Amino acid sequence: MKTVLKKHPLAIRWFHWVNFPILAIMIWSGILIYWAYAKYAISFGNLEIYHFFPRSFYTALNIPHRLAEGMSFHFAFMWLFFGNGLLYVLYTVFSGEWRYLLPNRHSFKEAWQVLLHDLHIRKYAPPQLKYNAAQRIAYTAIIVMGLGSIITGLAIYKSAEFAWCTWLCGGYASARLIHFVLTIGYCLFFVVHIVQVVLTGWNNFQAMITGIEIVKTAKLPLQKETMLEPLPETTQPTTHEKA
Amino acid sequence: MKKPDFFKRTVTISNTSYTKRVVIAFVLFAALVTGGVYAWQWLNNQPKEDLTLKPLRKTLEANEKIFKGALDSTTQVKEYPVSAAVKNVKVNGLVGIQDTIDASQWRLQIIRAAGDTLKVSLDDIKQLPKKEVIFDFKCIEGWNQVTHWAGVPVKTFLEHYHLQGVEQMQYAGLQTPNKKYFVGIDMKSFLLPQTILCYEMNGKPLPMKQGYPLRLIIPVKYGIKHLKCIGTMFFSNTKPRDYWAELGYDYYAGF
Repeated sequence: MKTVLKKHPLAIRWFHWVNFPILAIMIWSGILIYWAYAKYAISFGNLEIYHFFPRSFYTALNIPHRLAEGMSFHFAFMWLFFGNGLLYVLYTVFSGEWRYLLPNRHSFKEAWQVLLHDLHIRKYAPPQLKYNAAQRIAYTAIIVMGLGSIITGLAIYKSAEFAWCTWLCGGYASARLIHFVLTIGYCLFFVVHIVQVVLTGWNNFQAMITGIEIVKTAKLPLQKETMLEPLPETTQPTTHEKA
Repeated sequence: MKKPDFFKRTVTISNTSYTKRVVIAFVLFAALVTGGVYAWQWLNNQPKEDLTLKPLRKTLEANEKIFKGALDSTTQVKEYPVSAAVKNVKVNGLVGIQDTIDASQWRLQIIRAAGDTLKVSLDDIKQLPKKEVIFDFKCIEGWNQVTHWAGVPVKTFLEHYHLQGVEQMQYAGLQTPNKKYFVGIDMKSFLLPQTILCYEMNGKPLPMKQGYPLRLIIPVKYGIKHLKCIGTMFFSNTKPRDYWAELGYDYYAGF
């Protein structure tokens, strides 16, 4: 017999894995578009530290002279990106999964403790439910970023009909820059996400496919004491800080 | 509020049913990945229509239908003060542009019907009510510039020459005199109040490279539709040929 934790509902696994290739296609087609006016760089004064992107990058990915193609993919897959994201948000709202995902009033303090723990500076991680404070912030931020991509995207794509989006973004050029920065944000998120998944190991990873994770029976009583039963409202969030 | 009992989401199952669940999940996952790869290959193997994969071309056309609903005959883009307009206006495309053109010989040719062409001189166009448009010009490449133009609104022009009948048509087509550059524009966008037959830039006659003597300024569309040096104007219920749409771009190309 095995005791398993039903960690990820099927819907969340579906949205997660469907989003991955769609976002990849959006980023790729976005680069095809960006190439046609590739002016962004990180600079200090006149000193250019990094230009987005170097010629070698474009050559390696076969980017140049594909603006029209990029636009045709971008403006088709945008619907899938938007639809999948919207369904995910609706699902988390109506299923109650949002309770594990949204940061709460302790998350920002706890996120530091998680970070220090991950960096092996702090011995104990703060107690958590499905996700730790840093994950809550990251997984909520990525949804806010998705919304940001849609608003900045509309501001660029339909600047007359969605003039309020363009205004909200501080103008057309600014909307394009924010749209780009958000994309870089996804790429950084992806890198950190992959590193974390690798470090956390197979049992955690396979749960994103199977949905279930074996609960080690030896650990169960311990979890029961410290985590399983909701602690009294007043002591729960601060247990480890006081220790 | 009820506290979430995440760690209570446990079940105790037999080893066999555990294995079964895991195997089924991985098989379904593999099926999803395979399906995704096949869908991607299918899409990329579709025939092309004007250099764009047919399903994507259809999506662009559907997008036009979805978004065009928000346009009405009074839609205007944001306008700027004269001081905001740049002095060095970018010149980006020279297809169809000639080195010289004799404005006294030039006529705007409006094809009212087969064999019935109205010819209008630049001086006649300048007699019509003039409208200045200072707006954020956007190139499909991604850059934008606040630029200052003046000319006669298309709608005013058509009414003056008693051409209101053509407003029932679906599209307007424009061509350079040498027919090397050509665009098709949906009538709804063509008749918007800021769409002008333009003969001035920054208060002076259009420079040669900006489409002297007359060009189109249509602020709800990308620069590719702002045809420089108009020779012929015609109307149609089918899509007129469009230079960049034939090279893979969205036909509508509007905001």
